[in-house]
Amino acid sequence: MHQEFLMGNAAIARGAIAAGLNLVCGYPGTPSTEVLETAAKNNDGGLYVEWSVNEKAAMELGAGAAYSGARSMVTMKQVGLNVASDPLMSLAYIGVRGGMVILVADDPGPISSQTEQDTRSFAAFSKLPCFDPSSVQEAYDMIQDAFAYSEQYHTPVLFRPTTRICHGYASITVKDPEEYYINKPEGFKKDSSRWVIFPRLSYQAHINIEARNVELQQVFSQYAHNRITPAADAECRKGIATHGVSAAYTAEALQGKDAPRLLQIATPFPFPEQLAVEFLRGLDEVLCIEELDPVIERELTYLCGKHHLNVRIRGKLTHDVKNAGENTVASVSENIAAFMGWTLPEAPVTDTPPALPVRPPVLCAGCPHRASFYAVKQAMKGKKTVFCGDIGCYTLGNAMPLDMVDTCLCMGAGVNITQGIGRIEPDTTCFAFVGDSTFFASAITGAVNAVYNQANMTLIVLDNSTTAMTGHQPHPGTGRTMMGQVVDKVSIEAVLKGVGVKTVETVNPLELEKAIHTVQRVAAEDGVKAIIFRSPCAVLIKPDAPSFINKESCLNCKRCLQLGCPGIILRDGKPEIERSLCTGCGLCAQVCTFKAISLGGEN
Amino acid sequence: MQTNILVCGVGGQGIVLTSKLIAAAAMAHQIPVMSAETIGMAQKGGSVFSFLRLGDDLHCPMFPEHAADIIIGFEPAEAVRMLSYLKEGGSMVLNTYAIMPVTAALSGGSYHGEEMVTYLEKNVQHLVKIDGNAAARKLGSPKVLNMIMLGLAIRQNVIPFTIEDIEEAMRRTVKPQFAELNSRALRYE
Ligand code: SF4
Ligand code: SF4
Repeated sequence: MHQEFLMGNAAIARGAIAAGLNLVCGYPGTPSTEVLETAAKNNDGGLYVEWSVNEKAAMELGAGAAYSGARSMVTMKQVGLNVASDPLMSLAYIGVRGGMVILVADDPGPISSQTEQDTRSFAAFSKLPCFDPSSVQEAYDMIQDAFAYSEQYHTPVLFRPTTRICHGYASITVKDPEEYYINKPEGFKKDSSRWVIFPRLSYQAHINIEARNVELQQVFSQYAHNRITPAADAECRKGIATHGVSAAYTAEALQGKDAPRLLQIATPFPFPEQLAVEFLRGLDEVLCIEELDPVIERELTYLCGKHHLNVRIRGKLTHDVKNAGENTVASVSENIAAFMGWTLPEAPVTDTPPALPVRPPVLCAGCPHRASFYAVKQAMKGKKTVFCGDIGCYTLGNAMPLDMVDTCLCMGAGVNITQGIGRIEPDTTCFAFVGDSTFFASAITGAVNAVYNQANMTLIVLDNSTTAMTGHQPHPGTGRTMMGQVVDKVSIEAVLKGVGVKTVETVNPLELEKAIHTVQRVAAEDGVKAIIFRSPCAVLIKPDAPSFINKESCLNCKRCLQLGCPGIILRDGKPEIERSLCTGCGLCAQVCTFKAISLGGEN
Repeated sequence: MQTNILVCGVGGQGIVLTSKLIAAAAMAHQIPVMSAETIGMAQKGGSVFSFLRLGDDLHCPMFPEHAADIIIGFEPAEAVRMLSYLKEGGSMVLNTYAIMPVTAALSGGSYHGEEMVTYLEKNVQHLVKIDGNAAARKLGSPKVLNMIMLGLAIRQNVIPFTIEDIEEAMRRTVKPQFAELNSRALRYE
């Protein structure tokens, strides 16, 4: 044992390795990404690591490995589980041989996600055991337990940290390599009565699952991370039930106070019933402090009915705790004070601060997506158009002044949404924008759909040769793998041609005029056509010398500001290049009518 | 004994490394440490912060408002944004160089930072100001801004480490060719 300062996601990866991990796969998604990256960094050669093409592929790969007796882990963010839910729901019935942990990071807030869905609810829906750590140390310890339970009960298990656990850092106690468990997979043993899903088998499996989950309720009632902390004052008839990072906020809020009885739930499903009933007995009122769904609150309410306990359960359902967004120490302190009848110290009065500048996220200076959006915007000026966007850095193309993202729903949706709009409004010129990684993950079927059903649309692939938003992971088009191999790139052009898109053109968006003409020409054709805008992510290439605005030639028309590049700022009412940000991409120089901007200029 | 530290500024100013070095110094002294920072979409040109806690009985890395012993503010508006986290009588070291947001460029807004500095002068008891960007230029590299700010913060005697402790932590994490420059930045007055 020794101490290390680790990010929650790194602790999860290191814990999994200490538990004898043989294979890890997943798809990048904030806040889950660093789990797989840490595993890859700590790979001594005995571990197989891959970024799969999407979460469904990863889930199936991880299942195959676990069928073969391996300990496998599949990583994704919460919305990724929606993509992987088809194999997951069936896998819950089939089960596994080696331990299999599905790591799904939830994102209360949401801070960088489309939804505030709760994987604890998904656990109940899929009937799979679920682990919910409340600190970085607990994440490290519990991931090892998760593998053990999975293997013992032959079932995949869910492990769901939230953003603040994933991205929090703490000095924690970790095992030395000599203490690691080593798992030697026996290999896949053929047995069609076990591995081939059929209605009869599913019926029997369903019976077994229900019986197992009743058993697990008891087992988890003894699980050390599910725990009751007695009240400071034995007479106190109030209690607080909590979980995850909210448990830490609760502990923080109760510091120096007479704490009521506490229940901390680390396994929201199957719910540790015996433990919960023990907690409820003798109480009048319980406050449930949760993020996302009121999972504990519903369970406790149900248990009060089942066990004839006269305890009032409060929380989100009773509007005592807000039902959207993340908790904070402050919000939890307020909830507890209201519940306990405590008064909080008055916040000191301060002067009202001056109006603060807002800093919304923007595309980086020199980002090629800016050029692509601008080219399409110029090419389609005055036309009735729709621009369906997708998930990635390029979602930021929605911001003013570009304003080039009319819709964004989920991974790969844009290519189909634009077809739907086109069906109802045939006089609209329909575009879908998709990034390279998202293209491989989930836009190819949309392209096939468009070709087969004779849609009229232009697919724009924004190919910056990386998965930029989640921190630059490789994907099938990059020719690099997480095992360090250099492999043949999967060609986006060849894929599109292969599925029957007749016109597929590739241009560098930073050659603005050419890009605009290409869009005009290609969009005018009938049917499904595609343009690939290819230029590397600005963060990954060495910047050129910053551009320069010649003060004499600049007529202050502010046209360059229409690009929304953070590299151009207004100083004393006139545009100026911020040298520390400009990458010298040259886009603004091509936009300036008066040729006032020069490349790599020195004054 | 707990020490709560908040580092804030704008993406790209080296805030994360600053908090990593303090954490590394804590580890070397066997002091328990927790931290939390902005990651992901929020980072692109946006406000960036890092919460850092040292000491015993830590539950979570994010401390409540009015709890920071010191704020290391890399940008005036960002320091004002996070001021409510500073405890009464807490210290702040401030880089007075303002970074204009893209939105200000678009709307023609004129944010200069002076109004923020004035506000902080009025509302912070122990305020230490520096034009960090000018200092970094003097030292020859914009990259050392974070070391200048960290050195200044250490000298306020709120964080329980010395410049030498930070240098020691740096030896383990930062490329050796920058060591000498970083040491000078840490000691810049
Ligand atoms: S990280 Fe790359 S893709 Fe994302 S906004 Fe910046 S330059 Fe564009
Ligand atoms: S050259 Fe112009 S558009 Fe490109 S990064 Fe610099 S300021 Fe921005």
